[in-house]
Amino acid sequence: MMYGFTWDTATPLTYAWSILPIILIGLTVTLKAAAAGFAIALVLGLVFAMLRRSRWRSVSWTTACVVEFLRDTPLLVQLFFLYYVLPEYGLTLPAFLTGALALGLQYSAYTSEVYRGGIEAVPRGQWEAATALNMTRMQTYRDIVVPQIVPRILPAMGNYMVAMIKETPVLSVITVLDMMALANMIGERTFEYLVPLTMVGLIFLILTLICSAGLHRLQKVLPKAGIPLR
Amino acid sequence: MTEKAPAPLIQFAGVTKRFGALTVLDDFNFEVAPGEKVTLIGPSGSGKSTVLRILMTLEPFQEGRLTLAGMDYQEPGGTGPFKASERHLREIRSHVGMVFQSFNLFPHMSVMRNVAEAPVRVLGLSRDEAQARAVDLLAMVGLADKKDHFPSQLSGGQQQRVAIARALAMRPRVLLFDEPTSALDPQLVGEVLAVIGDLAHEHDLTMLLVTHEMRFAREVSDRVCFFDKGRICEQGSPEAIFTAPSHPRTCEFLASVLR
Ligand SMILES: Nc1ncnc2c1ncn2[C@@H]1O[C@H](COP(=O)(O)OP(=O)(O)OP(=O)(O)O)[C@@H](O)[C@H]1O
Ligand SMILES: [Mg+2]
Repeated sequence: MMYGFTWDTATPLTYAWSILPIILIGLTVTLKAAAAGFAIALVLGLVFAMLRRSRWRSVSWTTACVVEFLRDTPLLVQLFFLYYVLPEYGLTLPAFLTGALALGLQYSAYTSEVYRGGIEAVPRGQWEAATALNMTRMQTYRDIVVPQIVPRILPAMGNYMVAMIKETPVLSVITVLDMMALANMIGERTFEYLVPLTMVGLIFLILTLICSAGLHRLQKVLPKAGIPLR
Repeated sequence: MTEKAPAPLIQFAGVTKRFGALTVLDDFNFEVAPGEKVTLIGPSGSGKSTVLRILMTLEPFQEGRLTLAGMDYQEPGGTGPFKASERHLREIRSHVGMVFQSFNLFPHMSVMRNVAEAPVRVLGLSRDEAQARAVDLLAMVGLADKKDHFPSQLSGGQQQRVAIARALAMRPRVLLFDEPTSALDPQLVGEVLAVIGDLAHEHDLTMLLVTHEMRFAREVSDRVCFFDKGRICEQGSPEAIFTAPSHPRTCEFLASVLR
């Protein structure tokens, strides 16, 4: 029994049906972690991309190092680091937040590269027109640059989102009770892993397909020239 | 009492501009009076665009002094390539506007927003005020009916007229035009020149125009400056330059373009 649901291992089908509610509880955790992680990656990636283009050499150089470090070390190592090392310095985060943060940090290194490519593709004349209109750099990013790169970076961002969703099971190693962790626990208690793990695999497949379809649609409806904010 | 000439609005004093090893402006001296309409002509690579781009703070310069309304471009102790703080550069930019050869409209914004956006964001106008201003300016350039179109739906001539309205919406004292009709099909040049010609009657607006439209330059300018190799080789009234050029390089250049 788990979360008040008992399993029925009589046949694979009754077994699957009986543990579905438990798996779905795990699914909400998986989705929340992926959503929080991706939100962090979207925001932080843009910040990294902007800092890398800073006029001050020291800022852009430091940012480049941080991004390179995040990209070149395994997620698992970053995860353990945040989970076991940070508390020693007095910063204790709940497992879920730690997991979302680790996902977000690692993927912000990837998204910052996507942003960077998108920003570099904006013609110089756009920056110059913004300067001639006396816009600040922040205003130029917000009103001119970012709105124009959204349609262009959407496919790459979508790929990273899907990749991140598929990586959420790694959070189970720091005690986050996601879909994978719950399936594993059910298996440990029933000695029957095939059904729960198959269910998890299928749910990931469905999630990925839904995301791809959604992105495809979004790409169709977004105006090619970009979307102005407000 | 002797009548004093008005203090120049723009003053280049011994300005030197280099791109790496290439010296584009060498000890450059140039003054523009308030309200004056000056046309810059000259062969390709002679530094005409560079002068405008320095004025717009799109390019820094290395030596000499440049002032606008008595304000120095470079600050004492200023850092970075411009030797000035961003705040100081923005103060300067608030007096200057620019119209580019390639229009540089914002493709993701309607014509209305292209014109009204900066007045809202930068000048702090309300949306209503900014839109009222935009409507007036779009009417002035003859595009009142296009305000909800996007740049990609307009001809080049229409786009450039929107760009002029967009620059004017910031109410600059100095308006810079860098070959505003060079990217246009010949049949669209006239409509843009007509708008610029109207602006030339604005008493308070100081205009610097780089163009290859010699006939137009002659009509609208108070003064024509012939550039060669990063210096003003000859300058004077349009009549003087176009009918009686004295420098051999000027004669050569005019012969090549007026042919
Ligand atoms: N960003 C840059 N880097 C290096 N050299 C540059 C740069 N911009 C301009 N130059 C050089 O500076 C010189 C002057 O250029 P400028 O654009 O001012 O000429 P111009 O008189 O406007 O010519 P055109 O009629 O072709 O527009 C040219 O030799 C050009 O190659
Ligand atoms: Mg030029």
